[in-house]
Amino acid sequence: MKIDKEYDVVVVGAGPAGSVAAKFAAEKGVSVLALEKDREIGTPVRCGEAVSHEGIAEFIVPDEKFISSHIDKFTLISPDGTEVTIPLEQKGYMLNRQLFDKAVAEEAMNSGAKFLTNAYVHGLLFEDGKVSGVKVKHYGEEYEIKSKIVIAADGVESRVGRWAGLTTHVDFREMEGAYQIVAANISVPTDTLIFYFGEDVAPEGYLWVFPKGEGKANIGIGVSGEIGKTKSAYKYLNEFVDRKYPEASMLSTVSGGVPCTPSLKKIFAPGIILVGDAARQVNPLSGGGIASGMIGGSIGGTVAGEAVIENRPDKLSEYQERWEKRLGKRHRIFDKVKNGVYNFSDEQFNSLAKSFSKVPFEKRTLGNLFKKALINQPSLLIEAAKIFVMD
Amino acid sequence: MLLIKITPDKCDYCGTCVGVCPEDAIELTDSTIDIDEELCTNCSKCVWVCPIDVLIFDKNKLKEKE
Ligand SMILES: Cc1cc2nc3c(=O)[nH]c(=O)nc-3n(C[C@H](O)[C@H](O)[C@H](O)COP(=O)(O)OP(=O)(O)OC[C@H]3O[C@@H](n4cnc5c(N)ncnc54)[C@H](O)[C@@H]3O)c2cc1C
Repeated sequence: MKIDKEYDVVVVGAGPAGSVAAKFAAEKGVSVLALEKDREIGTPVRCGEAVSHEGIAEFIVPDEKFISSHIDKFTLISPDGTEVTIPLEQKGYMLNRQLFDKAVAEEAMNSGAKFLTNAYVHGLLFEDGKVSGVKVKHYGEEYEIKSKIVIAADGVESRVGRWAGLTTHVDFREMEGAYQIVAANISVPTDTLIFYFGEDVAPEGYLWVFPKGEGKANIGIGVSGEIGKTKSAYKYLNEFVDRKYPEASMLSTVSGGVPCTPSLKKIFAPGIILVGDAARQVNPLSGGGIASGMIGGSIGGTVAGEAVIENRPDKLSEYQERWEKRLGKRHRIFDKVKNGVYNFSDEQFNSLAKSFSKVPFEKRTLGNLFKKALINQPSLLIEAAKIFVMD
Repeated sequence: MLLIKITPDKCDYCGTCVGVCPEDAIELTDSTIDIDEELCTNCSKCVWVCPIDVLIFDKNKLKEKE
């Protein structure tokens, strides 16, 4: 494959955030190269794969080929087993991320970006104190590729930002170590996301069972580094599956990390910006990072493209401003809400589920659930109020 | 002395450990993981976040040292 020695923009990592950044930069008419260390875009899938319609609508036309099921409700299961099912105002998809990530990358390719797999970036180039390209290994060969702007979209395991001098490591208490399986031979409704709460099943978080079409489900859990000191995600998940679905078989297993923290204080440096998990753009309350990473990627790609076209390297600071305005501020509030919600005791979860299960199905909304949660934990009220007065 | 032990056979190369390492001491590709002995301070944050117990704090080695 023909690769030039120089591109306007080099993107490191071809997850959803990197591919969207590549697409938006390429659409500005600049040359873009995306480098992915794995052999295949979209594999392995380290993800629960749930996303709202709105979350992807901005970036790609929904296509059945990368959707494994359609979601219109979710069920909360409290520690004592009380189940409450709530219709979703915002409907969702269970994606097939192996195919979704490829489809997003193809969007970028159609806009003119070039992609290379099996391309591990192991260092940055600098010129006059500014990032000026990357060092990459591709099938044992080492290359130096120069660029005006590097976009680091290298996920939770990101190191590229650090090499540029940014502080990127996540507090271990805010990092969720996750273990997830895709299981077969399981009977769950195909239109419902299921969340389990409680000290025994999923302390300070939730365990998810998300449907992947007939007889299959994506089951996983994330536990913070604090919990992980005594018991890992792997052990929590296996205990749950053995108890709940003894008949299940595994189609795949994978581990991963979710940085459940507000985004980094600084997500740009001279010649470089960080997008997606690399910038810690995950929604810290839900752990969802597909949509928010693509939003970060779209803003980053746009600003990078404009900076090249206008020959204004200083423009990269606008990326941080636009991100803060669109989601950054909101994530800071979600982070506070997270600390409230995940400190609920088993009794609080049980009483919340019991009282909410008395609400007629049609009247069950997330907003109403949240109001009930506030009665359980009044200190959340202030944080909640901020969300509603934000925009 | 490096007191964090890796069991490469178990590793899934997910990079959760890399995300919390304050020293940038862990090098990870899609099929290798390596801790830089010079940089590692044995703080164990990587051990605590590892989802599948690949990284462990080697108590025996600590005893040997003492
Ligand atoms: C178990 C689990 C469950 C989750 N469930 C959900 C969910 O249900 N819904 C949701 O919205 N989000 C979920 N998330 C979060 C979501 O998966 C991430 O936020 C999302 O993938 C972030 O996209 P990204 O493009 O920033 O990073 P990634 O998708 O991680 O992509 C980063 C890419 O960079 C590559 N890379 C890394 N280093 C280098 C390098 N040095 N050189 C070249 N390439 C490199 C990697 O190989 C990878 O392909 C979950 C995460 C986990 C771990």
